[in-house]
Amino acid sequence: MTDKTDIILIINGRAHAISVEPRKTLVDAIRDDCGQTGTHIGCEHGICGTCTIILDGDAVRSCLMFAVQADGRHIRTVEGLADGETLHPLQQAFITHHGLQCGFCTPGFLMLAVNALEHNPNIGDDELLDVLASNLCRCTGYQNIIKAVRAARDEMRGAKAT
Amino acid sequence: MSHGGNAHGYPTPPPSSARRVLGHAVARIEDRPLVTGRGRYAGDINFPHQLHMRIVRSPNAHGKILSVDASAALAMPGVLAVWTNADIAELSPIDFRADKNATGIREFRQPALAQTYVRYIGDPVAAVFADDPYVAEDAAEQVALAIEALPVVMSASDPPGEFEPGRSSEAIVLHHSFGDVEAAFRNAHAVIELDLQTGRHSGVPLETRGAIGVYDAAKDLLELHGAAKIPHRNRETLCRMLNRAPSSLHLHESHVGGGFGIRGELYPEDVLVLVAAMRFERPVKWIEDRREHLMCANQGREQRHRARIAVDRDGHILGIEDEIFHDQGAYIRTHGVNVPNRTMCMMTGAYKVPAYRAKARVRLTNKTPAATYRAPGRYESTFVRSRLMDAVAAKLGIDPVEVRRRNLITAQEMPYVIAFDEPGVEALEFDSGDFPALLEKALKAFGWDKLQADLKRRRAAGELVGAGVAIFMEESGRGPSDNAKIKVDPDGTVELITGGASLGQGFETVMAQICAEALGVDYRRVRVIHGQTDLIDHGIGAHAARATVLTGGAVHVTATMVRDKALEFASELLQTPADDLDIVDGMVMRRDTKGGPSIALGDLAKRLAPGSKLLRGRDPQLAAHGWYNTDHTVFPYGVHLAVACVDRDTGRVAVERFMVAYDVGRAVNPLLIEGQLVGGCVQGLGGALSEEFVYDEAGEPLSATFADYLMPTVHDVPDVEVLLTEDAPSPRHPLGLKGAGEGGINGAGGVIASAIDDALQMSGAITRLPVTPQRIRDLLRR
Ligand code: FES
Ligand code: FES
Repeated sequence: MTDKTDIILIINGRAHAISVEPRKTLVDAIRDDCGQTGTHIGCEHGICGTCTIILDGDAVRSCLMFAVQADGRHIRTVEGLADGETLHPLQQAFITHHGLQCGFCTPGFLMLAVNALEHNPNIGDDELLDVLASNLCRCTGYQNIIKAVRAARDEMRGAKAT
Repeated sequence: MSHGGNAHGYPTPPPSSARRVLGHAVARIEDRPLVTGRGRYAGDINFPHQLHMRIVRSPNAHGKILSVDASAALAMPGVLAVWTNADIAELSPIDFRADKNATGIREFRQPALAQTYVRYIGDPVAAVFADDPYVAEDAAEQVALAIEALPVVMSASDPPGEFEPGRSSEAIVLHHSFGDVEAAFRNAHAVIELDLQTGRHSGVPLETRGAIGVYDAAKDLLELHGAAKIPHRNRETLCRMLNRAPSSLHLHESHVGGGFGIRGELYPEDVLVLVAAMRFERPVKWIEDRREHLMCANQGREQRHRARIAVDRDGHILGIEDEIFHDQGAYIRTHGVNVPNRTMCMMTGAYKVPAYRAKARVRLTNKTPAATYRAPGRYESTFVRSRLMDAVAAKLGIDPVEVRRRNLITAQEMPYVIAFDEPGVEALEFDSGDFPALLEKALKAFGWDKLQADLKRRRAAGELVGAGVAIFMEESGRGPSDNAKIKVDPDGTVELITGGASLGQGFETVMAQICAEALGVDYRRVRVIHGQTDLIDHGIGAHAARATVLTGGAVHVTATMVRDKALEFASELLQTPADDLDIVDGMVMRRDTKGGPSIALGDLAKRLAPGSKLLRGRDPQLAAHGWYNTDHTVFPYGVHLAVACVDRDTGRVAVERFMVAYDVGRAVNPLLIEGQLVGGCVQGLGGALSEEFVYDEAGEPLSATFADYLMPTVHDVPDVEVLLTEDAPSPRHPLGLKGAGEGGINGAGGVIASAIDDALQMSGAITRLPVTPQRIRDLLRR
């Protein structure tokens, strides 16, 4: 039960060599073993999306995976979104449009939406709603989250065009 | 120094155009750390050498504990101890915070660990302490409980059972009344009687609860981290329970992932980590999992009402009578009987009701304990009142809006006092408001009349679509006092220490705005501190929408004191009368001329260091500690309008439109108020349509995951329209402020019920919340 496995998690480009029990969830490893506490846990049963990270280019729920399954793979978390002091356009849009209150769901929504926008910069409003419907927020009523993500999409698209 | 009091003499606050930062939709100062992953929530707080606690919970809804066998758990490596009630026998049950009606209900408080009886599934029976959270969880599963099952009571309107041998599960019966109810019903043109129910739901913040106890034996100092909502009041309770002086027990709030009335109340686990930290002399961390949260954190709302209304032939209300069965769950928690009391006292809402009598039967059931959830007692009473008004309209053939119009209290009648016959029941004194005006504004902005024609057309074409209205009163800023400390640093940074708390509503920004407005600094230069009992001795925290009103009042008073001090010294330094000086962007300068002599607040602070010659006997530092005292509550009010469309096949209700019209007195930050209103509204929709804690007949909770407890997602919410008005600033507050935290949720149940009735063209069809697809299908089959 307490046999540990040595693995490497590459989080936001930095390798973390850690030793975990095979049953340790990825989110626990990211938070407790690698100290990256920006990724949150809201349910641990795969529904709320608070724990969403980007794993090798896909948004995944890190509470539904074991850390050992992510050995050697590239993980992106909320801590890696900003470029130094410059916020990612989506982070800025969340601030501008008051897309967060308590902020607990925010890292999950940011990673979910960043992934969607990276996969499809021209994603339509309806498709965007389908994406955002997979995470829960209990504070905002979603309206401002939707506004923020649409604004960031438009801005990122504009930036690319110029 | 103290300001305020029974202060009806406050000057009218300036219009928003004359305000510098107050009243403007500025961005929040708390956001940057939160969008970059630097928040520090309870789960993110760790201390070296900490232990992890895991609770062993009752699998029975009611039973007698025969034995607890922890030997297998204790044999596991990494397990330090397993406690049962015997290990904390000296500890009192979780106490009420000051509740005047506490006599007669103390026997129903919850022990930190069950003693002799278990009373709901999830009731803490034992606590496991281990080096690692995974080990603690494994060990908890090895603790063997032998429990003899006892009969359960699962409904508050069933005959009461026994809480313990010889003690009825009807804890107390409460009364509120005024006027001659007999005469009202005797002389009525019509009497309508309804049997209504509000479902059991709750705040369900996205962050579960968490608590970390730390004990410093060298200083004999005990700390609770992960505190929220009301750290100061919880400290009082904990000091009482643990027999400690307030200066030796401190609570620390960090980031909190939503509160909604339920987070931050004192729970068994909070007390256990503190006792364990002292006994083991090691930090003890407890983080709840979601299943535990849905079985153990406060739930609320579940009531059954047998309500009657008497009206004259024109639909004027003559009297209301109500018998309430309040489902309290297994224990009475920290609020005592606050929720049934608020339900009764807010029942008549914004209407003129000459006679009223309510009786609340507070009954224990074998379910998770109930307590306050956002707009406690108001969501419930607005639902009941709205149903009654709709029933009156239907019975007399009067338009539902018109019947409401006829009964509203008018602006000319302010202040409007509702006094109750019962000794000790506080009167409501509505401070200001123009309810009819808000109703008309809302109807106009919603396009109500045109909408009616559209809906008629759509219904004629076969759609099940309709509209509803609900009107409600809120209450906020109940006294008595709050305080704030402000200090200007030599670099011009302003430190503002409050006894408030933040559950994510934007408290820091709002307080910074109020401080900045009075002091004349950039609000982003204000560092706002909250929820730290070691930095300020008193605080009211964040409940009952008090923060903006009371703490905001204290910040205004204190910032004004600092401003006065700054102007006094600047006047001497700049050789200019203080009246000719202003503070703009942190610079003290002449009001009339640009480019005259000036001094930065930070420089002024430097010149006021201890020993400065400038002081001449006056206190050093550019700082102040001020109080705001009031014995009044302020009453915001609102109107909800909604359009609902029912899917004939699935029974699903789509809310097509929703408007929250709300008079907030004065808005400190309209962006944040809108955020609160929309967020609250969506929570209210959850409670109206999908969220429900369901139990089977043996007391097994069937809603213990997010797959079963259905909160709204992006797909379930309309674009909520907000109409924020400032028509009735409170004459009882220096800035005219009223609270905004609960105005989005209050009428959501009532208005949705109205709209669905209209959609189905079945008056009075909805008698129970939530209106799930199943219930709609049942209605359609009838
Ligand atoms: S914590 Fe992973 S989905 Fe909720
Ligand atoms: S901002 Fe609190 S849960 Fe989304």
